[in-house]
Amino acid sequence: MAAHTHENTAPQNGHLETASLDGKNKVLGFWLFLGAETVLFACLFGTYLALRNQTMGGPTGEHLFDLKLVALATAILLTSSLTSVLAMHAMNQLKLKTMQFWLGVTVLLGLGFLVLEIYEFIHYVHEGHTFMSSAFGSSFYALVGTHGAHVTFGIVWISTLMLQAAKRGITTEMAPKLFVSSLYWHFIDVVWVFIFTLVYLLGKVG
Amino acid sequence: MGTLIVLLVLALFLTAIFTGGYNKDFLDRVKTSKVWDWLTTVDHKKIAILYFMSGFFFFIVGGIEALFMRLQLIVPHNDLFVGDTFNELLTMHGTTMIFLAAMPMIFGLMNAIVPLQIGARDVAFPFVNALGFWLFFAGGLLLNLSWIFGGAPDAGWTSYTSLALNEYSPGPGIDYYVLGLQISGIGTLIGGLNFLVTIINLRAPGMTYLRMPLFTWTSFVTSALILFAFPALTVALLLLMFDRLFGANFFDYTMGGSTVIWQHLFWIFGHPEVYIVILPAFGVMSEVISTFSKKRLFGYTSMVFATVLIGFLGFMVWVHHMFTVGLGPVSNSLFAVATMAIAVPTGIKVFNWLFTMWGGEIRFTTAMLFAVGFIPTFVMGGMTGVMLALPPADYQYQDSYFVVAHFHYVLVGGTVFGMFAGAYYWWPKMFGKLLDEKLGKFHFWTFLIGFHLTFFPQHFLGLFGMPRRVFTYQSGVGLETINLISTIGVFGMTIGTLAFIYNIYKTFKVEAQAPADPWNGRTLEWAIPSPPPEYNFAQLPRVRGLDPFWLEKQAGNKGMTPAEPLGSIHMPSPSYLPVLMSLGFFIAGFGFIARGNYAVGILGLIVVVITMFMRSFEQDHGYHIEPEEIEDANKGVQA
Repeated sequence: MAAHTHENTAPQNGHLETASLDGKNKVLGFWLFLGAETVLFACLFGTYLALRNQTMGGPTGEHLFDLKLVALATAILLTSSLTSVLAMHAMNQLKLKTMQFWLGVTVLLGLGFLVLEIYEFIHYVHEGHTFMSSAFGSSFYALVGTHGAHVTFGIVWISTLMLQAAKRGITTEMAPKLFVSSLYWHFIDVVWVFIFTLVYLLGKVG
Repeated sequence: MGTLIVLLVLALFLTAIFTGGYNKDFLDRVKTSKVWDWLTTVDHKKIAILYFMSGFFFFIVGGIEALFMRLQLIVPHNDLFVGDTFNELLTMHGTTMIFLAAMPMIFGLMNAIVPLQIGARDVAFPFVNALGFWLFFAGGLLLNLSWIFGGAPDAGWTSYTSLALNEYSPGPGIDYYVLGLQISGIGTLIGGLNFLVTIINLRAPGMTYLRMPLFTWTSFVTSALILFAFPALTVALLLLMFDRLFGANFFDYTMGGSTVIWQHLFWIFGHPEVYIVILPAFGVMSEVISTFSKKRLFGYTSMVFATVLIGFLGFMVWVHHMFTVGLGPVSNSLFAVATMAIAVPTGIKVFNWLFTMWGGEIRFTTAMLFAVGFIPTFVMGGMTGVMLALPPADYQYQDSYFVVAHFHYVLVGGTVFGMFAGAYYWWPKMFGKLLDEKLGKFHFWTFLIGFHLTFFPQHFLGLFGMPRRVFTYQSGVGLETINLISTIGVFGMTIGTLAFIYNIYKTFKVEAQAPADPWNGRTLEWAIPSPPPEYNFAQLPRVRGLDPFWLEKQAGNKGMTPAEPLGSIHMPSPSYLPVLMSLGFFIAGFGFIARGNYAVGILGLIVVVITMFMRSFEQDHGYHIEPEEIEDANKGVQA
């Protein structure tokens, strides 16, 4: 178990996260958890697609969405996935400083995305598109907001792990934690790709 | 908020005073007490007992609610429980039985047996296991406190909108339903996830997938169903909470919402849910029938295949609960065909059980009686299920007592019989004592006869036009006698359950310990003492085939051949964080139910977040049990 293997040597197969049984359990468990998350978002997407034209005389998606802003947010979030991969690469080479640097960049990009999203929401509320204004509003904020909440959670989570890694270094106990947080980060990225397509692009087509 | 703090401080003081004064030893005393041991345990065998016992407690609560309803319906124009009270009873009966009785009793058996059957020392995530239980318990408690504080939910266990919206259900009832189920649902979800990882990663050497006992297989498929079905409930409850508490418009037609979305989300969860509660019962039956027929399970591979197929098809049939919504003939036909297709794997199972018994050396113990009583009962429920799967006929049956009779035949005849069979079969493994067989047989016969007396006549009540969920009926339209018979039957089930409770009480007072293998068992759990030591297996066993313990016995060996030398065993440390985190969720739930008091709700969520940080920063590597201790404890017992 993890308790016995704390030496800092690079793992044989290049994957520190699955070097212990605990790590294997965590990684598999997290993949399964992401399966559950997929169903969760699928339900929210279904609800949104069913209700997206119920604007009740309020502004429509076609009127509201600003593709330039959303494209920028998308670019930021997709880049953060890349930096997260670079962090994991550094982790498996036991390069603590490089890993911390890329994790820091990931968190900053996440924050940038969040700022853009909050700005966007404030703008929409001024236009009369709120959580309570129509079924379209409710389902839009439920879907995009749940994604935003996931991003927020991810930022707090990765920052926490950076603190722990700074204190403890890269160990077989830290590695699975860092790895699953990176899996989570990729997952919310993938969800965003679907939001970009099914909410924003589809909204522009009408 | 103020009240809450006063209550918390008061509770602490009272605990201190009643345990011998508030002084320096207080914390020590708490930490060595038995209550603290159970509150902080991460041992799957203790969590199993917590799950099973609290599930049984809620089973009694739900049973009393059912008894009250049948007493109201004993004669026409009765006025014992009318109107809102009756609606609350029927809602809480359904919700309690499904979420707070069936699910935890199943998780109880899974926790007690699955790690033993696959030859593991614990589950993959002991902490998550404990957290799952305490979240379920917090949610269940919150839901049932509604009886005292503000009124119970009264929109049916399906809680259909618009009925469940503020306009038609003012008051906190539905809020209790939404938040109570949300909290216990998270517990169930992580519990299922834990079992998936346990079964995939922690099987003993040689325990390949196609050597796993059928109870482990059904638990595996059930856990997968939980993983993919519960998020739909999470979303449904979330949206309903938004509508009720935060003014959203998902289900409000006047604002563009759609009530059909609730039905879809609820049944995308709800239909897999019925397979979640029935599949483990199938697993129990397979174990019991095979053991007490002294035969290998007939058609093991086809049983596994049928289980997986039922799990898969279970996701494809949710619209059969919505035939009368008007989704059109094409969708109704597709879902009708898919529904009827499920009868095929289920039929395979029934025939396999029959063929297992055929030519076997059958012993009619209580567990076996429940298994044998289950087969015809469940087949009848399945038959009416196929009848209900025909959309044109369903227009006639829907919302009548015919439906009530159908799902009680599958849920009581399947799940409850399964849980009772499992209880009698595995009681020695869980508690180290054998339940009394004489009382057990009395329990079986009164329960079986009472059950059929209650629910068989309800088929006819439905066909004669009595709608479900209605608190009274007219006299002189041919419903009196049937309702009277149905109510009389409930007393049979009540007496049976009381006999079971007395049996439990009596068993706890008996001195004699159960032997390790009281039934001449076939699977790994019977190869270790009853109850097992906290590390289960001193040495992990080597598995040589299906029914591994039976194979060793046939080869003349006394126990399993070990797959590893005796060594020090790593154990996880107990933790108080699961209880604390669940308490946070509980307080948060209460805060949001008591509207306008969001400070308490946020306080609860802060407790949750803090405990998450505590868990993340905690560096705890558990402890080790050394070989000498194991040998001391195991003197004379072959592991």
